[in-house]
Amino acid sequence: MKILTCPINGARPISEFTYGGEYRAMPDPQTASDVVWADYVFNRNGAPSVKLEWWCHTPSTTWFIAERDTARDVVIRSFLFDEMNTQGGAA
Amino acid sequence: MPWRLLRFALSKKHPEPRMFAQPDKLKTSYDAVIIGGGGHGLAAAYYLARDHGMKNIAVLEKGYIGGGNTGRNTTIIRSNYLTPEGVKFYDASVDLWKDLSQDFDLNLFYSTRGHYTLAHTDAAMRTMRWRAEVNKHYGVDSEVVGPAEIRKASPQIDLSCGGHSPILGALYHAPGAVARHDAVAWGYGRGASMRGVEIHQQTQVTGIDVQGGKVCGVHTDKGYIATPKVLCAVAGSTPRITDMVGLRTPIYIHPLQAMVSEPMKPWLNPILVSGSLHIYVSQSARGELVMGASLDPYELHSTRSTLDFVEGLSAHMLDMFPFLSHVKVVRQWAGMADMTPDFAPIMGKTPIEGFYLDAGWGTWGFKATPISGKTMAYTLANDRNHELIEGFSLSRFAQYALTGEKGAASVGH
Repeated sequence: MKILTCPINGARPISEFTYGGEYRAMPDPQTASDVVWADYVFNRNGAPSVKLEWWCHTPSTTWFIAERDTARDVVIRSFLFDEMNTQGGAA
Repeated sequence: MPWRLLRFALSKKHPEPRMFAQPDKLKTSYDAVIIGGGGHGLAAAYYLARDHGMKNIAVLEKGYIGGGNTGRNTTIIRSNYLTPEGVKFYDASVDLWKDLSQDFDLNLFYSTRGHYTLAHTDAAMRTMRWRAEVNKHYGVDSEVVGPAEIRKASPQIDLSCGGHSPILGALYHAPGAVARHDAVAWGYGRGASMRGVEIHQQTQVTGIDVQGGKVCGVHTDKGYIATPKVLCAVAGSTPRITDMVGLRTPIYIHPLQAMVSEPMKPWLNPILVSGSLHIYVSQSARGELVMGASLDPYELHSTRSTLDFVEGLSAHMLDMFPFLSHVKVVRQWAGMADMTPDFAPIMGKTPIEGFYLDAGWGTWGFKATPISGKTMAYTLANDRNHELIEGFSLSRFAQYALTGEKGAASVGH
């Protein structure tokens, strides 16, 4: 992957972006047990797959979601987080 | 062509004895199965057979022996860590390293060079002092030195690093060493094979049978094996294996790249590391500079190489050694680093009976090869974590009791 498409700024070289890790739903910190919270804080889906990930276009500080195959390093699509409910599907 | 060579080209008999036997077929059961034929897996097999009398063992390797991170690291061996758990563990490893060539009757080219971790900021100097004090407390030879000592050890260095990140001092660790990494895998492989361990290359694990919370067998592309004990020592493939048994871990995978220069006359004796410039460098016995930097910036399961890496690392090398500007880079490669949140490994027993982990070796696994083999062999044979690895268990995360080793990583990742 050498080019990533920012939903605001369009296709830009990968050096302009910062990786923010896989998108994960946060359990409610008020009600989550210690075990559930530790699982959220530490554990990751480490195996290769198609994942929804946080990325930031650094010069414009635009955070957005990209769907990427982490085995082949191919971005399938990218969109703003606001569109998560319509675009994101089951995350 | 010499006649001797031609004769062996025509004959089926190999002129040299093979390093290890190549068994034809998997047996239907083993006392233990080790997944991963790298240094760690083979070392565990070696010590299981030698020290614990367990010889009915299969080592399964999907590629070839030592073709993973064992043959992709930058071969640095040191024990100047930050946490008491880390210092004791890696120091026990250095002790084993020193005798390993004798042990194997195989020259590992183990070469003690001295290891300098350069500090360019006051904050880095503070961490160096901290590490030096922890090291001294546990009897490890480390001390903080100033720019004059660094210049004496490496007269070619530009102590101002181009004027923008002057070197204030360093953590000097005299036992720092390099070794020939693939010979380590061969030495352990030969030693294990001689004692009856079967090494099956080109054999991929496709599933693990767990019944009632207990391991009972392993599915491979060459057939099914019944076994009560499985050791997972697969570095960057760890999440694929732990997914097979439904175990959640904090491990995430980033590529780590390295490169070598063309060979030069010997000029760099010590191993130099700069956290701020993201460099570790030593000169190999062949004269090549072996250079590494920080992790690639995002998750990826591929050993591809990038130009960004070569450009970035070369620029920083020139900050330190401007006279290298005409030297060519001849090779670059990558390995898959299985990173953990606290930069310490994940070792020992798991909630699944008979499933043992030797993982989370990220960017720091090669130096630990002997001691991880020895402690994992003890853990498998006795079904009890060895005391040296108690701080590295998977359960530390659920207990919020991390073993913070990030300050001892070579470079800021």
